[in-house]
Amino acid sequence: MSESPDIQSDPDRPGQLVATGDWRIDTVGGQGSPFGGHSGDCDALDATGVEHLDSVGALLLVQAAEQAGIAPEFIVLRDEQRPLLEAVIAAVGDREPEPDPEPAWVSFLAHIGEVTTSFGGGFKLFLGFVGLGMESLVRTLFRPRQWRITSTVHYMEQTGLNALPLVMLLSFLIGAVIAYLGATVLREFGAELFVVDLTTIAFFREMGVLVTAIILAGRTASAFTAQIGTMKAREEIDAMRTLGLDPFVLLVMPRLVALLFMLPILAAAATLAGMAGGMTVSAFSLGIGPDLFMSRIHETLELRHYLVGLVKAPLFAAVIALIGCLEGFKVTGTAQSVGERTTSAVVQSISLVIVINALAAVFFMEVGW
Amino acid sequence: MVSTPERTDAHVVKVRGLRNQFGPTVVHQGLDLDVRRGEILGVVGGSGSGKSVLMRAVLGLRPPQAGTIEVLGERIDRGVSARSRLRRRTGVLFQDGALFSSLTVRENVEVPISTHYPDMPSALRRDLARLKIRMVGLSATAGAKLPSELSGGMRKRAGLARALAVDPELLFLDEPTAGLDPIGAAAFDELLVTLRQALGLTVFLITHDLDTLYAICDRVAVIGDGRILVSGPLSEVEHFEHEWVRDYFHGPRARAANQAGRAGS
Repeated sequence: MSESPDIQSDPDRPGQLVATGDWRIDTVGGQGSPFGGHSGDCDALDATGVEHLDSVGALLLVQAAEQAGIAPEFIVLRDEQRPLLEAVIAAVGDREPEPDPEPAWVSFLAHIGEVTTSFGGGFKLFLGFVGLGMESLVRTLFRPRQWRITSTVHYMEQTGLNALPLVMLLSFLIGAVIAYLGATVLREFGAELFVVDLTTIAFFREMGVLVTAIILAGRTASAFTAQIGTMKAREEIDAMRTLGLDPFVLLVMPRLVALLFMLPILAAAATLAGMAGGMTVSAFSLGIGPDLFMSRIHETLELRHYLVGLVKAPLFAAVIALIGCLEGFKVTGTAQSVGERTTSAVVQSISLVIVINALAAVFFMEVGW
Repeated sequence: MVSTPERTDAHVVKVRGLRNQFGPTVVHQGLDLDVRRGEILGVVGGSGSGKSVLMRAVLGLRPPQAGTIEVLGERIDRGVSARSRLRRRTGVLFQDGALFSSLTVRENVEVPISTHYPDMPSALRRDLARLKIRMVGLSATAGAKLPSELSGGMRKRAGLARALAVDPELLFLDEPTAGLDPIGAAAFDELLVTLRQALGLTVFLITHDLDTLYAICDRVAVIGDGRILVSGPLSEVEHFEHEWVRDYFHGPRARAANQAGRAGS
């Protein structure tokens, strides 16, 4: 039944090729085009001995005939297989060349150019988005009707409450590591007690807010991009516009407001958790008990330290929310584009958070706060 | 009708006592359906009557709550190996083509070939993919494009090329002409008839399109009330006594399609 396909020249009739066997994808699949070698001097191909034919078989028959210098129309075969062969000949017939893909180095250079030009444009777009955000915030502030309280609370839960355990755990561990690090260095000077100063200053001024912002940049910016991007891809955003709804007010404002509220709260929780980490390490490996730790905090900590940290929180919240949403609006419709935009949102928001934090640190040091 | 089936009595798809339900909502209850070898069966029914669910059940994408489904002589609930054997012999065109968005059209068509026939040399695989792309009426330049660069009608054709890639015996089409303009839809119908004739396909066709029903379907099955209300040639189904069937086949649109179908044939 499933005889392997073969082409032989007919010993009785010179110039005739005879195809036999089973020309189906199962039998010819592994072979490629082994039916060449009959070039030039043939003028007919008799395929009436072919048991079964499918489109791969027909394609190979046509290729073999062409190689042997026979026009595919002159392949003789069984009547029931004729429609298939004709369909294949018709499809093979119009030989439009497939356009060559451009060479890799050209597309590489083009990509560099694109990234360079889009960098400036992207920054301008972001500034415009920030402006739009501030304008909408002010505009809706005095119109309680436009407050999306339900969805704002929803995002507060999603971005704030659900992130709380993660933020606190990571801050606790970072606090412990900082305390260890300080202890190793300060022990040489017999000044272990300053571990408390180090942990306190680090967490109240910098780490509490920074750790929270980095975690939220990874966790929340990506979620915002994917949510809005999927809506963009499914034309939901166009639908909102045609219904006279402002997607900015509907989608961006609740997320922005939720994050503006939640990031300071999370940062406060992170600071406390970090201090707890430092306290734990101090108690167990430095012999500084909690009471000593607390009284040392009282001596070191001033309100300005906490304010220097806290003042950055809304800024980070705005950066994370706006970049996450903006990248979502940039999605073009494919699944791949959602992925690209999400990556870009996380990278941009984490980088921007760290850059802003560094600039702020320099500024506050110079001013002497 | 055109190609002479090898085994005239053979039912390619045999569904018995199918029951599908989502939570408390029963979609199918005691549904029986046969698809005969070599025919184009049109499946019609109101929105939400469970046409797509039936297709997904027959494809083994959704295990039914009860009932047996036999496709090409294999029970699909008999484990993974039976289903994977069937994958090679069936092709599916989903509603919007369901092309893989990160691959070009030609690469999309090559996916089933390289999955089922990994030994095939890449040159032949490419030639075969190009052949299928041109067989469904797309130009060779379309092969190098990404699905997002194609129009809706072209995406459907590309999806059909992928469904036909390894010469399936049985083809499932989910509303192939929905969203096409009438000219494009008529061309798609014609293409199906040509391919059926050339490749000896059996086609399971879900449609809302009355023109398609009158132009190319050999038999029609109507889904309603969770079962097949009636199945048979259009001339019989048209006169079946049921409210929905009567409204469907004797509404103003159906009369126009009927006349066009008669004039065309």
